[in-house]
Amino acid sequence: MKPLDPRLVRAASAVRLHLAVSVVSGLLVTALILLQAWLLARVITGAWSGEGMAALGWAVGAVAAVAVARALLSYLAEASALSSAARTKSQLRRRLVEHVTGAGQVWTAEPGDDGEGSPKAGELVTLATRGLDALDDYFARYLPQLVLAAIVPLAVLGVVFWADWISGIVIAVTLPLIPVFMALIGMYTQARTDRQWRLLSRLGGHFLDVVEGLPTLAVFRRAKAQAAIIKAVGEEHREATMGTLRVAFLSAFALELLATLAVALVAVEVGLRLLGGHMDYQTALLVLILAPEAYLPLREVGARFHASMEGVAAADQVFTELERERGAGRPAPASAPTGRPSPAAAGDLRFEGVGMRYAGRDVPALSGFDLEVRAGEHVLLTGPSGAGKTTLLSLLLRLNEPTEGRVSVRAPGGAWTRLDAVPAADWRLGIAWVPQHPYLFDVSVTDNIRLGAPEATMERVREAARQAEADAFVSALPEGYDTRLGERGARLSAGQRQRIALARALCRDAPLVLLDEPTAHLDPENAAAVRTAVTRLLEGRTAVIVAHDTAWARSALGDSLRQVSLPLPSPEASESL
Amino acid sequence: MSTPVSADHRARPSSERARRRNPLWRMIALAWPRGGRFALGVLLGAFATGAGVALLAVAAWMLATAADHPPITALSVAVVATRALGVTRGVARYLERLVTHDAAFRTLAEVRVRVYERLAATEPFGRFRSGDLVSRLVNDTEATLDLLVRGLTPPLISVVTGGATVLFLSVVYLPGGLLLAAGLLLAGLTVPLAAAALGRGPGRRQSRARGELSTALVDTLHGAPDLVAYGAMDRQVERVHTADAELTRLARRDAAVLGLGAGATALITGLTVWGALLLGVTAVEGGALSAVSLAVLVLTTLAAFEIVAPLPAVAAKLGAIRESGARLFGVLDVPAATAAPTRTGLDPDGDPSVLIRDLRVRYGPREPWALDGVDLEIPAGWTVAVVGPSGAGKSTLASVLLRFRDPDGGSVSIGGADITSHPPDEVRAVVSGVPQDPHVFASTLRENLKLARPGAPDEELWAALRRARLADEVAAMPKGLDTLVGTHGLGLSGGMVQRLALARAVLAAPRVLVLDEPTAHLDPDARDAVVADLLDAVEGYSTLLITHDLTGLERVDRIYVVRKGRVIQEGTHAELSEAEGWYRDVLAP
Repeated sequence: MKPLDPRLVRAASAVRLHLAVSVVSGLLVTALILLQAWLLARVITGAWSGEGMAALGWAVGAVAAVAVARALLSYLAEASALSSAARTKSQLRRRLVEHVTGAGQVWTAEPGDDGEGSPKAGELVTLATRGLDALDDYFARYLPQLVLAAIVPLAVLGVVFWADWISGIVIAVTLPLIPVFMALIGMYTQARTDRQWRLLSRLGGHFLDVVEGLPTLAVFRRAKAQAAIIKAVGEEHREATMGTLRVAFLSAFALELLATLAVALVAVEVGLRLLGGHMDYQTALLVLILAPEAYLPLREVGARFHASMEGVAAADQVFTELERERGAGRPAPASAPTGRPSPAAAGDLRFEGVGMRYAGRDVPALSGFDLEVRAGEHVLLTGPSGAGKTTLLSLLLRLNEPTEGRVSVRAPGGAWTRLDAVPAADWRLGIAWVPQHPYLFDVSVTDNIRLGAPEATMERVREAARQAEADAFVSALPEGYDTRLGERGARLSAGQRQRIALARALCRDAPLVLLDEPTAHLDPENAAAVRTAVTRLLEGRTAVIVAHDTAWARSALGDSLRQVSLPLPSPEASESL
Repeated sequence: MSTPVSADHRARPSSERARRRNPLWRMIALAWPRGGRFALGVLLGAFATGAGVALLAVAAWMLATAADHPPITALSVAVVATRALGVTRGVARYLERLVTHDAAFRTLAEVRVRVYERLAATEPFGRFRSGDLVSRLVNDTEATLDLLVRGLTPPLISVVTGGATVLFLSVVYLPGGLLLAAGLLLAGLTVPLAAAALGRGPGRRQSRARGELSTALVDTLHGAPDLVAYGAMDRQVERVHTADAELTRLARRDAAVLGLGAGATALITGLTVWGALLLGVTAVEGGALSAVSLAVLVLTTLAAFEIVAPLPAVAAKLGAIRESGARLFGVLDVPAATAAPTRTGLDPDGDPSVLIRDLRVRYGPREPWALDGVDLEIPAGWTVAVVGPSGAGKSTLASVLLRFRDPDGGSVSIGGADITSHPPDEVRAVVSGVPQDPHVFASTLRENLKLARPGAPDEELWAALRRARLADEVAAMPKGLDTLVGTHGLGLSGGMVQRLALARAVLAAPRVLVLDEPTAHLDPDARDAVVADLLDAVEGYSTLLITHDLTGLERVDRIYVVRKGRVIQEGTHAELSEAEGWYRDVLAP
């Protein structure tokens, strides 16, 4: 990994500003270091040669001035670094959010076990918040040190050469050895740790595994016996880790050893020449004071290596995400959205040989599907899991586009047109969707219900809630319709969440309704309320319903219901494993 | 008859006192390292840091002495010492890191055992529902490592080295030593503490804004299909940007405060050197100090601030460890879920009929009753189902039977013996089963099964697998029983996990089986098959099946409908589907 990602410099203007500030302040700090060393050497030599405070007062005062200047500079540098870090994080976060929510992004409507829209969503949230915070230390502590590590050793080396070329050579020889040794040791360590990694992660994860399994262990009366095993695995973990650390610490060892040894060599060599009269006291002191300064920034960079790696890794993850291929194979929209619902949603639908294969999957999620749905009809889709029922809904929602065949629509009194010719945003305005795991937002109940109709009045929201059998429990919440629902609607039970989602669909008041397993995972009492609400929602609307429990659908919807069964797309395909 | 045991009697006064103590001190007490390894590490670290300071002091003395051109023998000791110190520092630092890490890992292994033993004794499983909480608990335990390596070692090293340096300078020139002491205390103690205190305000402000942003982001990404479908994505992105702008505004404003620490440290360092210079030059002029000592005084002071350089980071680290400690003890301080047993000698081979009378449980003195006078009977060999809406108290019933908690009233007896006054492990030799969310350990199938009966030969494992209808699938795996499952091994489907857990329960050969929501996380397709196989497998046991799902209940001997902690209906499937009430309503709406 590079210490500074060029993509970071290109992507965020705040980074460029920060680099400029760091270089300027680095140059000033270098000048102050050199000045302070010279002043100290001058004062000590002066006092030695008998000069008093009267003669040295200016130099002593100048040391105080240098101290104040360095303090101011280090305050400004740190404050500006943190400020730049905040701006950079904001810039990266905005790009990330715009990228992952952008028009070309493909959303799979296929819920995972936890009902997430995308399996990577959790990682992305962590990256955009805590992950990016790694940039704070990277900006405030690492980058400025990196700049200093480039400037200070060269400046010090130049001055020492000018003062005493022999000491200059000692430093010039040892300084480059440090990065060389560190790189060599680093490479060796990497190879070793990689080999150890699996063992270490298995041993390291053991404790979590046992604690998570404690209730199970307790049932089988094995809980107390595990303590000895935890201790043994801990010992094994320590031995394995120490094996790696013995090598990993070598690079810090090389750094520290070379830096200190070089200073010692310079001190002895300068002292002997001073003794022999080949050098004056002030020069000798200047060289001694400056010599450690040449190595200090390198040691600091080494000590902050870890912080830097976290920052670089976070930035790298952001860029990997930004460079990820957006929705491949998506046709450009035929015409710009008008902002008005497409009239076709109130009409007929036709699937002709429609198939869909998710990128990177061998087995199609759906293939060769034919169906015609007339306006006002209620179609019940059944079939084993993995047959593509949810995928079919996602095609109707335009979350995905078919990879074979075509979907056509016909507005009442109009002609058949291809669905992909209708702007997706206009098409969706005519759809109300209730997924298997509806997502509720951490905003008020009202805003959750009018998600698809932001201008809806309070009366309309309440009416939708009443129709969805939700009004009673919403009114019982501490702040009624103004209550914030908590993360993922945590305040509500699964059945209540489903009813809010139905209220959302009712409030949308769209001609086409898509329902996905509306009663799965609900206890029977909640399921009954949901069924009542669904019956009201479907009245006078076209509907495509995915359900495993066909009995209720038939009893609730009666004659208007047409059942269509989907087979598995391929004999080997099965999602049950 | 049993005596009602109230949760209030269980809290001990000593743990009450412990709870009020600073979590950081309690964390240090928990992780107090044994033996001299840790002290050795600190000593080595002090050698390393001290060598750096001493190198400059000796070198300064050598130059100042050499400036007066004495015979070379005057310098020979200093020359040797300088070279030796040059090597000492690197070697001592390397050894220090090895020794302190070794001591810290040893301590961690012990702390893990201590934390685990406390958890195993108190069984605070009510808190285990959230997997997030468990993994945080484990991370907080591992904070021990940080506490020892980054929280305690650096300040101790600083105290030892700083003290020695001040002592040395005081011998050279007392005012110089005192000045350095003041400078080191300010830079090493006052500034880090003040900076940490100053940082708390911004930390709180920002954490609220950060929470708002994080919620908006979670909503955006997890709710993306809903947002796109309802055309609300643009508005949502606007919400994220607003939250982001607020956080950035706060962070930029707070940067002005957070930079103060770095500035103050630099100022104190610079001014102390200046003060040493001022004192020293005046003293040399007045004849109180030699010119050689002046060089030593100034250069030692200059080098000494390296001693306190790591301390600002320590202050921040200790703050984080304190929070870890608070979370950790929040779980460890939970009093034991069951009182100390009063009787022993439950017969593991006796009559397996279960009789529950007027069972009452609640989770706190002011909480509503989770079970409010439940009467229930499982005759020997019967399968009894308890159904009802979520939150009815069904799982509380399972946790009482498995002795995960004491009842607050009523009795539970097996074969006539009241289990609530017997120790949990004695009861679990009689009652076993599948808890809600059974855990599959990151090990082989064999190890996961043998948990239930450590000495079981393979034939018994296969018999149990056959009973749970998992034998064919395991036989088809290339490594059979040696297949690795769990976190890094083969992922098992929800149905397979339930079957494995069932095989495990069967292997334990209890007299009573408790199955808590075996179909909770299964697809509708998998559910029917699992229930059917389950009911086949439990034939012959006294079984309590807890479920919110009415699939397959025509095969059980008796059904209890529980609602709000009370039994509202009981009977067979045939009876209940005829009778007016909850069961029929739910079965056929």
